[in-house]
Amino acid sequence: MKVIEFTNKGLYCPPADVYIDPWKKVNYALITHGHADHARWGHKHYLCVDSSVPILKHRLGHEMSIQGVPYGEKVNINGVNISYHPAGHITGSAQIRIEYKGEIWVVSGDYKVEDDGLAETYEPVKCHHFITECTFGLPVYKWTPQETIISDINSWWAQNVADRRPSVLTAYSLGKAQRLINSVDSSIGPILTHGAIEKMNDVYRSMGISLPMTQHLNAKVHKNEYKKALIIATPASIGSTWAKKIKNYSLGAVSGWMAVRGNRRRRGADRGFVLSDHADWPGLLQAIAATGAENIYPTHGNTHSFSKYLCEQGYNAQPIETEYGDDNLEKAEE
Amino acid sequence: MKQFAALFAALDRTTKTKEKIAALSSYFQTADDQDKLWTIALFSHRRPKRTVSTTLLRTWAAERSGIPTWLFEEAYHTVGDLAETISLLANDEYEPVEKSLTQWIDEIKALKDHEEEEKKEFILDAWSSLNKTEVFLFNKLITGGFRIGVSQRLMTKALAQVLQLPESHIAHRLMGNWTPDDTTFEELLLADGDNMDLSKPYPFYLAYALDQDVEDMGEPSDWQAEYKWDGIRSQLIKRQGEIFLWSRGEELVTHSYPEFDVLAETEIDQFAIDGELVVYSDDGLQSFNHLQKRLGRKTVSKKFKREYPCRILCYDLLEYDGEDIRHLPLAERRQKLSTLLADLQSDISDLPLLLSEEIAFSDWESLTTLKRNARAANAEGLMLKLRSGSYKDGRKKGEWWKWKVDPYTIDAVMLYAQRGHGRRSNLFTDFTFAVWQEDGSLVPFTKAYSGLTDAEFKEVTQYVNKNTIERFGPVRSVTPELVFEIAFEGINESSRHKSSVALRFPRIKRWRRDKEAKEADTLANLKNLLNN
Repeated sequence: MKVIEFTNKGLYCPPADVYIDPWKKVNYALITHGHADHARWGHKHYLCVDSSVPILKHRLGHEMSIQGVPYGEKVNINGVNISYHPAGHITGSAQIRIEYKGEIWVVSGDYKVEDDGLAETYEPVKCHHFITECTFGLPVYKWTPQETIISDINSWWAQNVADRRPSVLTAYSLGKAQRLINSVDSSIGPILTHGAIEKMNDVYRSMGISLPMTQHLNAKVHKNEYKKALIIATPASIGSTWAKKIKNYSLGAVSGWMAVRGNRRRRGADRGFVLSDHADWPGLLQAIAATGAENIYPTHGNTHSFSKYLCEQGYNAQPIETEYGDDNLEKAEE
Repeated sequence: MKQFAALFAALDRTTKTKEKIAALSSYFQTADDQDKLWTIALFSHRRPKRTVSTTLLRTWAAERSGIPTWLFEEAYHTVGDLAETISLLANDEYEPVEKSLTQWIDEIKALKDHEEEEKKEFILDAWSSLNKTEVFLFNKLITGGFRIGVSQRLMTKALAQVLQLPESHIAHRLMGNWTPDDTTFEELLLADGDNMDLSKPYPFYLAYALDQDVEDMGEPSDWQAEYKWDGIRSQLIKRQGEIFLWSRGEELVTHSYPEFDVLAETEIDQFAIDGELVVYSDDGLQSFNHLQKRLGRKTVSKKFKREYPCRILCYDLLEYDGEDIRHLPLAERRQKLSTLLADLQSDISDLPLLLSEEIAFSDWESLTTLKRNARAANAEGLMLKLRSGSYKDGRKKGEWWKWKVDPYTIDAVMLYAQRGHGRRSNLFTDFTFAVWQEDGSLVPFTKAYSGLTDAEFKEVTQYVNKNTIERFGPVRSVTPELVFEIAFEGINESSRHKSSVALRFPRIKRWRRDKEAKEADTLANLKNLLNN
């Protein structure tokens, strides 16, 4: 029996009869992390890491059957050993290790190797078969350390405060937003947030994670506050009536895609800050090497060219069609 | 280079016109004159002669980053800009060397007579002595094409501010055939007329498309109507006995059109005519298709001259008897134009210039009918110009309007997709469309790029990613399911195309989500339009 099969519902483990991050409704889903393209609504049972449970409940509904396990703890289902290991992508993100009759598979979900100061730090997991994301699987994607980027953001914010101009920064409501809030210099000014982000902040705080003070930007906040504030908005909220209340602001976008000028110009952002929750090219290659795996299956991103490159490097790599990496799902969530 | 890189960063960091002008002004106030001159040249699409091919740049960049060339190409297609791709592959560490913009350019120019190995050494050294932004700019000095949202107009505004001169003066001075090698900042912008380049054209006055009901335009007698000819907008200049022909793209094309040499035979001198370059044979005005045969030819054989004789249909007169008359009302300029053409006619029997005649009309309704039938006159539509208006520079609203015939449209199926460049890199934006043939197969008939919103491009990109059948380098063939309405201005027979037709100005009008592929048009539908 195969340990993992690639089916039209998602990655399937026949001996345990469970799916990993499936995109169609199934009975039992193992979930790598809370983003909408991985944790979809409508499965009967969910299993994720403990710190992902409140996130999943917040997004999918408190009535759903969602069970948590600590990182590293083995769960046995029909003789299959299943365990979750930190992926460093966002809080509660995990790589899922599946071991059956001595054969080990790891499903990476989304990951980054750099420590961002908030998400549980990525740990390499030895395996025979590694199913990996490759969102940024081209050599042009090489990240600058977080420290430098955050210092760029701080300078931009401080300059805007001096110019009495609101600073609007776009970031996904789950993960990126909290990473920024946790890292920027909050002595520069107040941090105001979009509603979807503030709700997620509450979820983080309910888990005992301490974040600097933030305030939901609503009618109660005086407009004079805007000019000093760092306003964290979701990408989808730019152009909405909520964002229209903020006048004459400088717009910064925080994303790995900002590495390419064309992407930034398309977004109409004044500044693009290259900060990603995904591994860059060196990060991907380093992670793959660290697994010791010979068989690599890139799932989303530049899968074809990435696989071709890995094959030239002596791996047995094969791209897999999945439905991950769909931004629209994350936007709909907001 | 530091100062130029700082200017670039400032321009690149804002989408606001006011801030861009401020950045340019402060640069023009402080930079070295020769650097300023080069900056103006680069931002107006002039670059030093290429001394290193882009193929070599690609090869060396791939080699330097230790990646196979196919992967470099893949990255290039995603980034959409060669200079940027190379800069993204550059190392974070570098050994800073400070040279001015002009110095770098001079060194690049000096590579001309060097061996490939020496060129390589120079380029690799440059890449390791500059930071990422500077590597990008350095590469752009070789590849050209600064797309940083600085229009000619913006630069004109900034220079006008710094030099305290009228914008129209600056706009005029920036026109024409100059390069930083044959002029100075002083001479280009400040010196008086005597030193000015003899060939220098005036900025073209460009019209917006009519955006209101023609009935609301007021008194018909205030407006001059004429056909909007489908050729190449041109400026014909004669000064001190020399003839210069400029195309709208600011290209000097005199030698491609020897028809106009005959103007040297008359004593009449010192004039500049704005008109449309067309093919005009004994049978009258020919379609753009005929003119296409003459485009871009450096030498013109007798046969081509005979088969595709070129003429200019004259719209306007900008300089008369050595005087810039752009400030005069249109009606007066047209009168002078008629006089000039009549005088030329009496000296030259086979004058290659014709007056683009005014269309007489008494009310807007009758003009609307004329517009609808403009294609029969081989025109794209009509032009409406305020009789009392002066000749402006650049695209200005209010006094000149183009009023085009409604385009042809056809529903077509998307067959191939390719990634875009620049602002649209990473998205599939260049598509090939097909219509049905009698045997039930699809035949590609046109490519089209623009016409969809960014959101739609994104959606189509997702479709392409999920429905790729085959990959041919950057091009993908996709499952033929999506239907688009394609609009175009003209259609001609063509032996070079599989569909046997060629379209003029094809673009995507809208996405027909309501239609299935089988409901798209047929080749027969398309060919029917040939007979119109």
